[in-house]
Amino acid sequence: MTVLALDWSFAIEKLVLIAIVITVSLVVAMYATYAERKVAGFMQDRLGPNRAGPFGLLQPLADGLKLFFKEEVIPTNSSRFLFILGPCLAMLTAMMTSAVIPWGGKVELGGRIVDLQIADINIGILYVFGVVSLGVYGIMIGGWASNNKFSLMAALRGASQAISYELAMGLALIALLMLTGSLSLRTITEQQIQGNWWNIVYQPLGFLLFFICSLAECNRAPFDLPEAESELNMGYHQEYSSMKLGFFLFSEYINMFISCTIIATLFFGGYDMPFVDEANLSGISALIVGLVALFGKTFILIFIFMWIRWTLPRFRYDQLMNLGWKGLIPLALINMVITGAIVLYTMKAH
Amino acid sequence: MQLLTQRAKPVDRRPMNWIEKIYLWNIFKGMLITLKHFFKKKVTIKYPEVKRPFSPVFRGLQVLNRDEEGRERCTACGLCAVACPAEAITMEAAERLPGEEHLYREEKYAAKYEINMLRCIFCGLCEEACPKDAVYLSETFAPANYSRKNFIYGKHDMLIPDPVTHPEEYAVARGLREQTTKSQS
Repeated sequence: MTVLALDWSFAIEKLVLIAIVITVSLVVAMYATYAERKVAGFMQDRLGPNRAGPFGLLQPLADGLKLFFKEEVIPTNSSRFLFILGPCLAMLTAMMTSAVIPWGGKVELGGRIVDLQIADINIGILYVFGVVSLGVYGIMIGGWASNNKFSLMAALRGASQAISYELAMGLALIALLMLTGSLSLRTITEQQIQGNWWNIVYQPLGFLLFFICSLAECNRAPFDLPEAESELNMGYHQEYSSMKLGFFLFSEYINMFISCTIIATLFFGGYDMPFVDEANLSGISALIVGLVALFGKTFILIFIFMWIRWTLPRFRYDQLMNLGWKGLIPLALINMVITGAIVLYTMKAH
Repeated sequence: MQLLTQRAKPVDRRPMNWIEKIYLWNIFKGMLITLKHFFKKKVTIKYPEVKRPFSPVFRGLQVLNRDEEGRERCTACGLCAVACPAEAITMEAAERLPGEEHLYREEKYAAKYEINMLRCIFCGLCEEACPKDAVYLSETFAPANYSRKNFIYGKHDMLIPDPVTHPEEYAVARGLREQTTKSQS
């Protein structure tokens, strides 16, 4: 089936995959809000939401419905176009990152080899970095367009935080990329499946730095300065209401999901189930095992994100900058130099 | 300085050592504490399904009592209104007419008996003052309401069900109190 020199079944396959990935990340983000409140409750000796449906499972639906029915307020003095653009951009960049994540191996479905990855581009991780740095525009535009000094302050904090921590994140990653010799997330995962160990064994410090930086990139506590309730009222989304506020809150959870998936892919072998040899499994069962492995790792990481949030208090702004510039970046540089030396010495480069 | 309790601890002001400076180990310790709480028994009482038991001496909404034949005990003597420190009780007395002996125990009764539940402080002095055992405090509290007017409870709201015509309701209204007084004696 080739019309206009295009493989249409390929396009349809990719569209279906995109639809599934977006739906899954939305649902996971939805239930991440529920899980967050449950985890918060449990860690504070409470029960968390338990009224809507069994165990409160319908709570995210009720929240979403509530947000939809809220009055939409656009401040008179705000720039209308930018005000609406802000949450859209935040949501868009949160979603776009999922394009390069390998959700599973290649499977044969109805005579076609289906690749469970929307785009296996050879600069996968660079693409992630590019989109993540675009993500700060959502916050910046939202805070700027609100025409409110607290929101602007929060947006500035968010931007400076994101830039400072992206540096350390990139440096931590370079050490890993020296080992893998590839930027494609698919290749990185396959190397971990074929090799004996996951990348975290080779790069424990790199993982720690990357993890801390992704906490900061997701604006999660203890780095949630852009939405510091006690100092900035609500932060960059103070003037927002209705589903536009919902988009901001929601994109945070999608970001969290996606960055947990990326951490799982980079450091924990992606869809590699430990102690199971995928080569012995047939197409569909390998797919299911891979998905269970990837989502299991992702959910554990999401839990750790929440666990940290409900344990640690927020950093002060100067502490945040000190940690980023004087702590993480030098460490990442040292890690990079040591890794480079070892790679050069053993020629372990793939 | 004399310490009042043995619990006071001097603040550790030593400079931080290397482990403390990188914080990670302390963060890990903190996370273990929150994890411990994660698996602890929760203190929440799931309210509408599970109700927290009141103590046997709980003083709640007033109830106007009847005797065994279902006659109102109150004779509108006004001692409860006098005893009431919040001045929440008002009443109007009336004389029992011939033929009403099955309704009222004494020759005088309360035609109107009102307690303003917004004024009432549930001190129980009315119960202590009553010579006829006609008013006592039950183990419920006044439910929420939309208007102040509805918080003025009349005889209709407070009178206990008739033990002769409605024995089940009477037993329910009475039951908990008798149980607790029995277990106390």
